[in-house]
Amino acid sequence: MAERRILLEHLDVPNAHTLDVWRAHGGYASLDSLFAKEPAAWVDEVKASGLCGRGGAGFPTGMKWSFLAKGTGKPTYLVVNCDESEPGTCHDRQLVSRLPHLLVEGIICTCWAIDAHHAFIYIRGEYAYGAERLEAAIAEANAAGLLGQTINGREFPLRITVHRGAGAYICGEETALLSSLEGDKGQPRQKPPFPAVAGLYAAPTIVNNVQTICSIPYIVKHGAAWFAGINLEPESKSPGPRIVSVSGHVQRPGVYEIENGTPFRELIYDICGGMLPGRDLKAVIPGGSSMPMLPKDVILNTTTSFESIRAAGSQPGSGAIIVMDDSTSIPHAIWRIAKFYAHESCGKCTPCREGNPWTVKILGRIIAGQGDPRDLAILDDIAETMEKNSFCPLGIAAAWALQGGLKHFRHEFEALCQG
Amino acid sequence: MLSDAARAEILAHRERYPEGRQKSAVMGALHIAQAELGWLSPEVFREVGELLSLAPVHVAAVATFYTMYEKEPAGQHVIDVCCNISCMLRGAYEILEHIEQRLGIKRGETTADGQITIREQECIGSCSTAPALQVNYRFHENLTIEKVDAILDQLLAGQPVASPEEVTHG
Repeated sequence: MAERRILLEHLDVPNAHTLDVWRAHGGYASLDSLFAKEPAAWVDEVKASGLCGRGGAGFPTGMKWSFLAKGTGKPTYLVVNCDESEPGTCHDRQLVSRLPHLLVEGIICTCWAIDAHHAFIYIRGEYAYGAERLEAAIAEANAAGLLGQTINGREFPLRITVHRGAGAYICGEETALLSSLEGDKGQPRQKPPFPAVAGLYAAPTIVNNVQTICSIPYIVKHGAAWFAGINLEPESKSPGPRIVSVSGHVQRPGVYEIENGTPFRELIYDICGGMLPGRDLKAVIPGGSSMPMLPKDVILNTTTSFESIRAAGSQPGSGAIIVMDDSTSIPHAIWRIAKFYAHESCGKCTPCREGNPWTVKILGRIIAGQGDPRDLAILDDIAETMEKNSFCPLGIAAAWALQGGLKHFRHEFEALCQG
Repeated sequence: MLSDAARAEILAHRERYPEGRQKSAVMGALHIAQAELGWLSPEVFREVGELLSLAPVHVAAVATFYTMYEKEPAGQHVIDVCCNISCMLRGAYEILEHIEQRLGIKRGETTADGQITIREQECIGSCSTAPALQVNYRFHENLTIEKVDAILDQLLAGQPVASPEEVTHG
């Protein structure tokens, strides 16, 4: 089993970030097909493709587009989420730094389909180089008549604004991102209304992840049936190529593109070259640090389809696959993850703002060997409170990460809580 | 005080957003101000507020929410060592401790000459190329102690360090 590169096909081509090279490799060919169909037909095509959002929640993209409010008298906006801050995730950075024209092409296709004339790319502040590459690509596209008042000579005004973040994980949550983009603190908003009804500047807005938008030109070029066929599990409803970031204790960590349904066993032992010498697999977090970890015996019987990961008790999340070997202390790993959520809690709601620092404090004493036998029950309680009562997914994520460790490796925590 | 060039850059940045939505330009304006001044003082909040017709207290609220905005002077070179889960599994804390030892300061501190600040950082998006750090938000990845020493040697000698990503990417 090997990679199947589609979005990443030209990743290693020298100067693929420039317009000339991108075009020489088929770049912007999707525009030939794009204007041959009415926008509504593309929404249906994307629905039929089965493309699900690649950012974390996995919502069907075409269905999201169809929720856009009509006749509001306000403009429609596209916002591309490149806040990529979920620990373990680093592939959108490769897309924007090395294939920025693919994202521009995807934005053009999407804006035609949803009738938007201003798109924003919200890119995390730490990706300074990626932002520069995007700005350069947009400038090239403008100069070449691919953006502006017309696209390839067709009347369709479109501009793209790159908006740099400044270090806040919460801004990956779509309503917090919109608050940030509007110039406020990046705190989440109540849903409903969903962004498709009242998003940026209270106008109908589609928020999609970078990889989601980069998939659109391939659906436009090759059709929904082709995309839906990239699927090793015919019954799976999450078809298509999927880019994953593999990190941790494998021989070859990396950014890989795989077919939906590729088994984790093959991803870890074939594509990533197996575990580091002399070590054995212990656990895998299959979708970024927010998702519950799964132990070896479970993950090796799981595939990368959304259905398989969910059936195993976790989530596909952002596509960040964090592999841990038998040298890893699970309580220590969970402590480090909890420390992240405590740092990133935006402070808006009490369960998350208070629950996370308390989790870190308790886990800190546990990994120092000073845990109390009652500590695990307290952690269970905090996790449940955060999961059920947090305002946005950040608190829920923190709970899931903690619960995954406590569920599958409780004995490791207990051994450190002998009082 | 912001220079005329920075003020002009902020006003141009404002045009990226729809008419009447100049508040959206506050984050970019703060990036521009920090690039020029190194950090953001209350005086900057007032100046940015004036340029964008925003209350200084709003500018301050935004600036203090995000970690990349420096609210007090930082070193000329800021080294952010990612210590989140993927980097930790590949030895990030050993890297951070090595830097602390070589510079004789702890995480969160700046060398006495004001040249280098070191920080323990959350995930920077270099998980498959861990361990990793950023110098002034430019990536250095697949780190070893030897690579870190080479970076520190250059910084201590007053030389700029180039991000390998930006040198080798075709």
